[in-house]
Amino acid sequence: MFPDQFLFGVEVLLNGLMAGVLYALVALGFVLIFKASGIFNYAQGVMALFAALTLVGIMDGQVPFSHLINALFGTDVHHFGWHVPAFAAILLAMAVMVGLAWMVQHFIFRHLVGQEPIILFMATIGLAYFMEGFGDMMWGSDIKKLDVGIPQGGSFWIEEATAFLGGSNFYGFFIDQLDIVAAVVAVVLVILLVSFAQYTKQGRAMRAVADDHQAALSVGISLSFIWVLVWSLAGFVALVAGIMWGAKSGVQFSLSLIALKALPVLMLGGFTSIPGAIVGGLIVGVGEKLFEFLIGAPFLGGATENWFAYMLALVFLVFRPQGLFGEKIIERV
Amino acid sequence: MLDDSSTNETLLEVNNIEVIYNHVILVLKGVSLSVPKGGITALLGGNGAGKTTTLKAISQLLHSERGEVTKGTIAYRGQSVSGLNPSDLVKRGVIQVMEGRHCFEHLTIEENLLTGSYTRTDGAAAVAADLEKVYAYFPRLAERRKSQAGYTSGGEQQMCAIGRALMSRPETILLDEPSMGLAPQLVEEIFGIVKDLNEKEGVSFLLAEQNTNVALRFAHYGYILESGRVVMDGPAAELRENPDVKEFYLGMSDEGRKSFRDTRSYRRRKRWLS
Repeated sequence: MFPDQFLFGVEVLLNGLMAGVLYALVALGFVLIFKASGIFNYAQGVMALFAALTLVGIMDGQVPFSHLINALFGTDVHHFGWHVPAFAAILLAMAVMVGLAWMVQHFIFRHLVGQEPIILFMATIGLAYFMEGFGDMMWGSDIKKLDVGIPQGGSFWIEEATAFLGGSNFYGFFIDQLDIVAAVVAVVLVILLVSFAQYTKQGRAMRAVADDHQAALSVGISLSFIWVLVWSLAGFVALVAGIMWGAKSGVQFSLSLIALKALPVLMLGGFTSIPGAIVGGLIVGVGEKLFEFLIGAPFLGGATENWFAYMLALVFLVFRPQGLFGEKIIERV
Repeated sequence: MLDDSSTNETLLEVNNIEVIYNHVILVLKGVSLSVPKGGITALLGGNGAGKTTTLKAISQLLHSERGEVTKGTIAYRGQSVSGLNPSDLVKRGVIQVMEGRHCFEHLTIEENLLTGSYTRTDGAAAVAADLEKVYAYFPRLAERRKSQAGYTSGGEQQMCAIGRALMSRPETILLDEPSMGLAPQLVEEIFGIVKDLNEKEGVSFLLAEQNTNVALRFAHYGYILESGRVVMDGPAAELRENPDVKEFYLGMSDEGRKSFRDTRSYRRRKRWLS
């Protein structure tokens, strides 16, 4: 038997881990693009929103741009009247994200090759707000429910299995099944991404481009192709993050703000490390939940979750600017 | 010394090219040269003479640096290279080894070499065979195959850059300043390997080099560039004996080697400039 207070702490920690996994999912998208092209993609959060909107739209058989079509032609179309099964819809949404990646490269970044990083960053801000408006125009701005069949609500199995740990007031750990699924998906995703980067020809080319554009160009690697590939992968990660967050809290504008949660994760884990994004996400998730539970709520009046991660990230920036797992800046003496 | 080993077939023909950076800076003012099959052709000259720009104009790496060829033609095997991208040229057998080595620092030596085979479509077995061949030419690389390139020495990185180019099965390598920042002994070693590759593998080289002395010992033919123009060319053996080359590039004159003190106050006779 453990004291209840301790068990609640453990439960907070477990929930922190699960929340951290979701942060990590978003951070992953940033890392992919930053590593390969040096672009800090401000639009990553909006990409997750856009991906989720597209997925819901396809599943519900929504007519894209229905507002515009109705206004122009005086029609009154909203839905095709069919429902696409989740799996097929995910594939279609992925295809849309690949198309988006191609358009981003073709219409924006192809023309900005060799420009200063700050200019590339500004371009992604423009892209973010464009996509926000474009997503609204395409799918409408109402809050949507996303149900791809992931179980939700607390897992009774875990509650029952752990109830014996505490006294009569303790009913077992409450862990959302969605969070468990998200954790498993995140782990699988990371393994896939890391093996892709490490063991395939295109993955190797991707890392080569990340190290030295010019040299990559000189051995015949096509930068455009690699960048489309990277933006597609980031689109894929955004889609997964969008599904998880969308299933949790509905598909709506605030989904794009999860990008803000990913920033401290990146500062912690390093902008260039895939495992760093995961570990950083977990530290932020656990850190902010435990801090709130142990110090925030009892002593500081609560609501510390909003700033705790940033404070932690600042401390990290001062002492270890490349983050926990960021690539060491190679300096030979 | 090896003038007879090169055939008369011309691989690369650069005809009177002009290159402008950023739409305003004129760097090459009419450079012409040709690279014969099976030869080592040296492109000599001081800093800012236009050697690197010439190589990049050929390999089409100029675009990413906002440079463009505004006049003249470049043809490889009789076909114009304008409008191609670097990857097309690599597929046709022309690859550049850039100045300053440019290895992929965070990739291992072996991964670096494998990126050189990116454009190849002849299967993993052929690539693996070529990898062993590169290791045979550069035994040091075989020892360091699992090390991150960023942590290897300058000489090893230069070998890695050349080995990486070899992995594309090139016909012509544009080699930019291989001696840069290396100890004389290593320079000899690397040039020795270049000569081997030229003789045994039949790879043609266009070699940009500031180290005139070494370059003229290993090359068959040389062009001397000065501020964007070819000011002299000829078989390497003749250039070595030319009094002007001796004086300006090899630091020797009829009275023997000049000290730096003498050269400083020496007014250059531009006798070959038009």
